[in-house]
Amino acid sequence: MMDKTIVELHDLLKEGKVTSDELVKESIKKSHEVQEKCNAFETILDDAKGTEVTDDLLSGIPFGIKDNYSTKGILSTGSSNTLKDYVPFFTATAIENLLKHGCVPTNKTCMDEFGMGGTGTSGHTGVQKNPWDTTRQCAGSSSGSAAAVASGVYPFATGSDTGDSIRKPAAFCGIVGYKPTYGMISRYGLFAFASSLDHCGVLARTVEDAAIAVDAMKGKDPKDMTTWDSSSIHLYDDLNKDVKGKKLFYIKELVDKSNYKNLPKETEEHLDNFIKVVETAKELGMEVEEVSIDQKLLNAIASVYVVLSCAEATSNMSNLTGFSFGPRGEGETFQEIMKDHRTKGFSSLIKRRFVIGSYVLQTVNQERYFKNAQRARRLIVDVIKKQFKKYDGMILPVGIGPAKKLVNDEMVTDDELTALDEHLQIGNFGGFPSITIPDGFVSNLPVGVNITGNCYNDQTVLNIAYALQEKMSYKNQIAKEVK
Amino acid sequence: MGKYFVTIGLEMHCEGSLTNSKVFSPAKNEYNKLPNCNVSPIDMGFPGVLPVANKKAVEQAVMIASVLHARIPEYMYWERKNYYYPDLPKGYQITQNPPEECVGNGGYVDVEREDGSVFRVTIDNLHLEEDAAQLTHLYDTSTINYNRAGNPLFELVTDPVIHSADDAVAFLETMRAIYQYCGVSEADSKKGHLRCDVNVSISEDENTKGTKVEIKNVCSFSSVHDAIIYEVKRQSQLKDEGRYDEEVRQQTRRWDDETGTTIAMRDKVDAEDYKYFVEPNIPKVRLTPEFIKNVQDNIPELPSERKEKYISELGLSNYDATILIKEKPISDYFEECLKLGVEAKTAANWIISQILGYIYKHEININEIYLTPERLSKITENVKSGKISSKQAKDLFFLVLEREEEPEKIMKDEGMEQISDDGAIKSIIQEVLDENPAQIEQYKAGKTNMFDYFVGQTMKKTRGQANPSLVRDILTELLK
Repeated sequence: MMDKTIVELHDLLKEGKVTSDELVKESIKKSHEVQEKCNAFETILDDAKGTEVTDDLLSGIPFGIKDNYSTKGILSTGSSNTLKDYVPFFTATAIENLLKHGCVPTNKTCMDEFGMGGTGTSGHTGVQKNPWDTTRQCAGSSSGSAAAVASGVYPFATGSDTGDSIRKPAAFCGIVGYKPTYGMISRYGLFAFASSLDHCGVLARTVEDAAIAVDAMKGKDPKDMTTWDSSSIHLYDDLNKDVKGKKLFYIKELVDKSNYKNLPKETEEHLDNFIKVVETAKELGMEVEEVSIDQKLLNAIASVYVVLSCAEATSNMSNLTGFSFGPRGEGETFQEIMKDHRTKGFSSLIKRRFVIGSYVLQTVNQERYFKNAQRARRLIVDVIKKQFKKYDGMILPVGIGPAKKLVNDEMVTDDELTALDEHLQIGNFGGFPSITIPDGFVSNLPVGVNITGNCYNDQTVLNIAYALQEKMSYKNQIAKEVK
Repeated sequence: MGKYFVTIGLEMHCEGSLTNSKVFSPAKNEYNKLPNCNVSPIDMGFPGVLPVANKKAVEQAVMIASVLHARIPEYMYWERKNYYYPDLPKGYQITQNPPEECVGNGGYVDVEREDGSVFRVTIDNLHLEEDAAQLTHLYDTSTINYNRAGNPLFELVTDPVIHSADDAVAFLETMRAIYQYCGVSEADSKKGHLRCDVNVSISEDENTKGTKVEIKNVCSFSSVHDAIIYEVKRQSQLKDEGRYDEEVRQQTRRWDDETGTTIAMRDKVDAEDYKYFVEPNIPKVRLTPEFIKNVQDNIPELPSERKEKYISELGLSNYDATILIKEKPISDYFEECLKLGVEAKTAANWIISQILGYIYKHEININEIYLTPERLSKITENVKSGKISSKQAKDLFFLVLEREEEPEKIMKDEGMEQISDDGAIKSIIQEVLDENPAQIEQYKAGKTNMFDYFVGQTMKKTRGQANPSLVRDILTELLK
């Protein structure tokens, strides 16, 4: 049953062919199976009960919550030992909004610790395995949500996206990942990683389900000053396949095979597949053009991201001292107690990032690293915004191919592939609406394509993705394990 | 202050106590003796919380900046000052930096000394930030009270242009009055609203510069005064002994109230790097000319304006007016008395000669005194109408405070009303005259000062309750 879409489930619920309780039970049962196979969950809410079915599409429908959303009375760890037994007393606004629609959380999903990491391997309970091939990554940081949605635990789960944390795991798991314009969904109650880049969003198996979920999550929130009024936007109601005349561009330097010296076979297939998708877009009546962007700027994306995200993270996570919440450290002085808590609580990856963040913010380094990264961020955003004057969206392949191997990965990312691997971060720099949908298979594993548009043009971005989804044949994919 | 030239710069922290909620959280901004009762998850830095800027506090900051003639920036935003301390639950303080981006940049305030001379203190910047929690260190443990955490805090940084401890205190008193009159803060040091960091240096003369020593967290104006005196003495002595260069370093010290000394905390070279960067969760707010004008149009009457009014319209002396306006609650008390019909000079006298002494002695605020303007006006009315003498009024004043009872009730209980009954007084005077025939003879022989003797005897017999002017009238009549 859980392989169905929200609308299909809603119809079944309304017709009385299934009850909300039955859906919830199935979702919990499925959660335990997926936990065995993929290690996708921090908490499975075994006591969850169905809710009343109303005309609301989400009523009675099970869903998952990434563990960096604060949930009242439910363990919320951010997959970190620093919060391993933290049970919040308030719920994130985005989750509160969903609960108002009557959907039922059945689990909290694993992630890279506090969203820092793109592999799904750094959470405190171990790695998340890709449901298509358990020897591969889900990518991250919304690794558990991606594995669960792809495995058919429920139609959707929340995610968060600071670099590409929704959109890349969605691609690796063959599903849809959507992060709307910055400020459309309140971040109140989302554990902060890098506030100027953090977005809430959703992982689902269809563009429609992603639209329904974000319609419910979004809204101006007096608790988050960066939110804006989107009450006139109805993403699901206004979905429209007719995209004739819409104009898209892709970045030549990223997509042109001749730009790479050593192109791995899977990447080559991935790029070839992308060009097919471009042709599909054209068949839908869209214009797709190649645009050249300064390679230097593209090469800067990943470093700019590291500098800015690490800097904000080191400050944002200074509240994790183990005094008011989290396990209390040992020691004689408050410094010792705090040091002990942080030394034991954080993984080495996070500590490394704190060191970078702290270094680039130091007065002597700030101009050279942090301020320059801010300038480069603005340059990159300006260049892309300039294109958005002419184009409705940017279309690009997600990553350098299908999911990477968990161990002994032969596809160690070559420097010349970095920009292709990390370009989704542009969406976070500009706060742009950005959606990934599955666009085919490479080595029998799913790959994805991304559409990114200008701020507030979420509807256009979703419509383009929707039209492509309907034209291609990867809608509502459930992971089938490939051996 | 000795043979060296003294230079002082002040950082005055004033907690904004008059907003409904805290500066970045919806928790109540209220002084409460019960610890940790005004706290939201934001004040404690729980995971996922976000700051929301308090519009009222921004208006207040713009108002103070305007009164200081400071430049107000086009955009208001905040930065994070990152450091770990138990009183700072987020691990950073949301504040403003650098000076040219603060809500007030530059500006000045003119300060009047007790002798009437005026000096100008130029301002580096005024910024709006959040207060930290309150730590109390006990014998073997420390406690944290988050009631104060996140309250609006106005930090005013002066240029190093003050040259004596008295001037420093006069400046602080002037600023305290401005905060009070603008409705920004009660500026009550008993509630911990005022804290200062004091920078002191000495040099040969005004053209040379000494080494700046910072004294942190001085919590009362008298401590500021004493800390400056102590520090100047300490530095001067080292200079006299030729040890200035080696002993006086750029240093942070703290004032110890108990020993009356400053104690070294750390050298400036070890100063922490606060790694300031823009607070990303609060979008820049444009301070439009209309917004600023609206704030400026609503600046309440300032202390200097009230003082001018008291002198020119109410005929008070400069001395009286200066005392009355020093703190807004006192000036408000005075104005309340005027509204109740008490004459200005009478009200001023009562406040300056009796009430201030009483509240200082009992360490209370004027609005906590049982003798409200209403009760004071009852006393002065009865003096005016001749029901009680001014001596009785003074007794009544203390009885009201002591018993916490209405003045009328005490007058009745104590039989304080003056005897104004002609017949009653006449018979008492007759008694006095009958008892003193020899004195009558002397009076009639021309010793006119015997008249006052008879008045005195009459007052004595009536325990001061006879109306003195009536006594005089009747005596004149009877001695004819």
